[in-house]
Parts: sequence; structure tokens; C-alpha cells
Amino acid sequence: MLEINNIHVAYGRVKTLYGVSLHAKAGEILCLLGRNGAGKTTIMKSIMGLLPISEGDISLDGQTISNFPTHEIPRRRIGYIPQGRRLFPELTVAENIEIGLMTCKEDHHTRDWVLDIFPILGERLDQLAMTLSGGEQQMLATARALCLRPRVLLLDEPTEGLQPSMIEQIRQVIIRMKEEGVAIILVEQRVDAILSIADQVVFIENGRNLETMDADTLRANPEILTHHLGV
Amino acid sequence: MTDSKRSIILHLSFIAVLALVFFILPDYHTGNLARIMVLAIFAMGYNFLFGYTGLLSLGHALFFATGMYGLGMTMQFFDLSSGSAFIAGLICALLVSAIIGALALRTVGVAFMIITLMFSQAGYLIILYFGEYSRGDEGFIIAREARAFMGFDLSDETNRYYAALILFSICFLVIAKLVNSPFGRTLIAIRENEERAKMLGYDVAKYKLIAVIISGVVSGAAGASYALLFGYVGATFATVQYSIFPLLWVLLGGAGTTIGPFIGVLFMFYLIDLSSVVTPAYMLIAGVVLVLLTLFAPQGLAGELRKRVFKWLP
Repeated sequence: MLEINNIHVAYGRVKTLYGVSLHAKAGEILCLLGRNGAGKTTIMKSIMGLLPISEGDISLDGQTISNFPTHEIPRRRIGYIPQGRRLFPELTVAENIEIGLMTCKEDHHTRDWVLDIFPILGERLDQLAMTLSGGEQQMLATARALCLRPRVLLLDEPTEGLQPSMIEQIRQVIIRMKEEGVAIILVEQRVDAILSIADQVVFIENGRNLETMDADTLRANPEILTHHLGV
Repeated sequence: MTDSKRSIILHLSFIAVLALVFFILPDYHTGNLARIMVLAIFAMGYNFLFGYTGLLSLGHALFFATGMYGLGMTMQFFDLSSGSAFIAGLICALLVSAIIGALALRTVGVAFMIITLMFSQAGYLIILYFGEYSRGDEGFIIAREARAFMGFDLSDETNRYYAALILFSICFLVIAKLVNSPFGRTLIAIRENEERAKMLGYDVAKYKLIAVIISGVVSGAAGASYALLFGYVGATFATVQYSIFPLLWVLLGGAGTTIGPFIGVLFMFYLIDLSSVVTPAYMLIAGVVLVLLTLFAPQGLAGELRKRVFKWLP
């Protein structure tokens, strides 16, 4: 599905990724683990075309999407939920969803599907996004990305700052997307939350992928986490 | 009642009130109102870019002047009828805004402000440089007999008022419809979070360019109607002052509100008009009032109204 091959990325003159390679498959959850500043968010931004790739290649189903303009990436059904939600605060819930639907010309069936996943949003349609609680905002950010009917979903710390009940709801949505055949790349600080749903785990350090392994292996050998993350 | 129904009723009632006050107010005020409505079209054009798209331009005088000179010079040199000259003014504004937009939108933030200001100043200097045709600083008058449209003499007070009202209403309703359309909501999304809009698949550069063009054409329509209704075309309207005015009107009235631009122009017009009766230092009074308003109503008059009372105000 989505292949990242030996990409090198820099913020201006500061190089942050040194030959990262990943492979996200349909119906699998690929988790990126690493300390702060390791380059996890940079990988997400590079996939979305927000940062220029100086070397290497990113391809979707064998077709390169490296260095495409950012707005072209979601049209290939790659949804991104960035850290910090980033809603359109002065638009209503309904308008935020509508903005998500318009890109790929999705109709009311997709809208109904999204509201079925997040029924609470259906009760808040006329409410301004900025008046939602933190958990509801995360749901809306996720709902808006799902409006693309994504084949690949990138989630950057989706449970950050959420209460346990909300975390569980987001977790269930991620599992549902996986079951529907979506390839998921997940960045998360909460290792316990990751390990229960991940298929593959990639350790990122200093802009390089150090090691890729099955989540089962990691679950059986928790000392690996201590080795890479110091936790 | 739904918010959209309330909004439609508000817009139509507002136009109805403007149509009726002509019969109530003295001639002096109806004359002022005609001018205010035309300047409010200019402010609405500015608000479309600033209030809804989040782009702060300091060069809108150029679009206003382009519409004005586009109409005036085609009437002067090609003997076009007022209707054809008005369309010529709009086409000129469209071309100029498309070119300026394509160049200026390569920059963002302060650089965008400076670039638009520079283009506007260049436009002003071009008008002065080609004084042989434009009559430079002095400007020129459009003959009374040429200011007729479909048999109506637009120099007549009543015709002028209602011509201004019709143009104002068209722009008012079209912009209200536009900002509530998916296109308008996308512009607001870009204003709120440009990067996020890109990440959702929106070609932000294209949307911004279209916004500059719409804003430029509406401002050009204001310039062309000003020339047609008040019979004067002059370089004063291309000065930097006329780039600052719409910004002030929109800030005072309420950026990102459909009714705010009119309120801003009305308020500023009468603030200067009334304070100039009291003292020759009327700009001092105007300045103090503006500072107070900025302190206590930072979202502008309509913006504060929306925040405090009518949350549905478009």
C-alpha cells in the first residue's frame, strides 16, 4: 500500500530524517515509537508533502507521491490527523465535516457513516467547533479525516490529553478502520495503548528507523522498550 | 426559525429599510447615504478578502481606481455608453486583480501587505505619469448627459440613490450567498488554518487567487459606480489613504460579517461629518473614538453584536 523508501528530509538546512524506510499494509496498524524529537511527526509531514524530500521516495500502490503538493495527497485518500487536532474553530461541526467531504466529492452516505462512528457529533452539528470539549474536538478531527474515505490513515498522537473513556473510543475507531482494510500509521506516546492494537512497531531514533518488529515480539519482550525508549 | 432563515430576513429587511429611509430623511442625508452605499460596496469587497480569507491587503485603492478609470476613460476616449463602460471597468478590475493576485500571493503576511501597497502606489504613479490622458491629480468630470442608464439620469438625486441601492443590494446579497456557500466556508477554513485546509486536499493558492479576484472586481464595481453616480474620476482615489479606509471601515464595522462593512462606513462617515461641525480638529475626535472602539469593541460593531447578542449574525 504505502511505501517509504530511504527518505531524507530537512527543515531548511537542518537535516532531520536520514534514510527512513517503512511499509504500511492494508488492514494493518504500523506504530512509530521513539523519544521526543526522534522524527516521527516529520515522517508524517513528509508523507503529506509538507516537507520536501531531498532523497528517497514515497509511493502509494507503486505510484510515487513524493514531493506532490500537499493538497494532492488527500485526493489519493490519505487522511492525516495531526497532533493538536487543528480544527476550524469558527465553523460549526456540520461545516467542519462538510469541508472534509468536499475534497473527494463524498456524499451524505459518507456523512452518515462518519456520524454513525461518532454519534455524539450528530448531536452537536450546529455547535461551533471551538465550543466542543477536548475529546469531542479529537472526534471531530478524526471524523473529518474519515470523510475522505481514507485508504491510508496517519494519526499523530490521537489520544494526547484525553480522558480514559475518550481514549477507548478513539482506540475502537482505529480498530474499526483497520478491520475495514485501512492502512494505519500511528504515532503515540502511550506505549500501553499502542501495544494492544499494533501489528508492526518501528523504533525511530535521531531521524533513522532503528528496528522494525512484530507487536507480538515486543509484547513478549518488553525489555526491548526499555532498551530503545528507556521506559 | 433556522439561522439561515433569520439571515435571509435580516438581509432583505436591511435593504427594505434603506429603500424606505429615502422618503424619511432630509436630502442632505440621502445624498450621504448614496455615497455611503457605494463606499460600502468597496468595504464589502475588502471584507471578502480580509474578513473571510484572512488576507490583509494594503493596495485595494488600486482596484477601486481601476474600476473608476476603466469606466471613466472608456467613456471619455471611446464614447462608450454608461452600461458598457461599467462592464469595461469591471473587466479592467478583474484583469488587474488577477495579475496582482498571481504575483502578490507568492508572499504571505507582512510581505503580502507590502507588495500590495507597492503595486497600489505604482498604479497611483502611473495615473500621474500619464496625466495627458488621466488628467493626473486634477482628474476629470463625467458629463451629466453621459451619466444616464436605460433612460434614467443618474445625476438626479432619486435615481442616484436607488441606483446605489440596487448595486449595493446586489453585492450585499451575492457576497452573503457566497460566504455561506461551500466555497465561502472553504475560504473561512483557509483563514482559520491554512495548513490544515491543504492537508484536507484544498488547493489553497487557487482559492486565495479566486478570493483576490472577487474582492478586486467588487472593489472595482464600487469605483466604477462612484464615477458614474458622482461624475468624478480622480487620482485621489488611488492614494494610499483609499487603501487604509476600507481596512478601517471593516475593522470598525466587523471583519467577517456581511453587514459590518456598511456599518463601518456609516459610522466613520458620520463621525467625521459630525465632529467637523464641532471643531476644525475633527480628526482628533475621530481618532479618540476609533481608539476607544478598538479597545472596547475589538471585533467591530457588528462583530461585538454577534458575539454578545445575535450569535446567528452572518
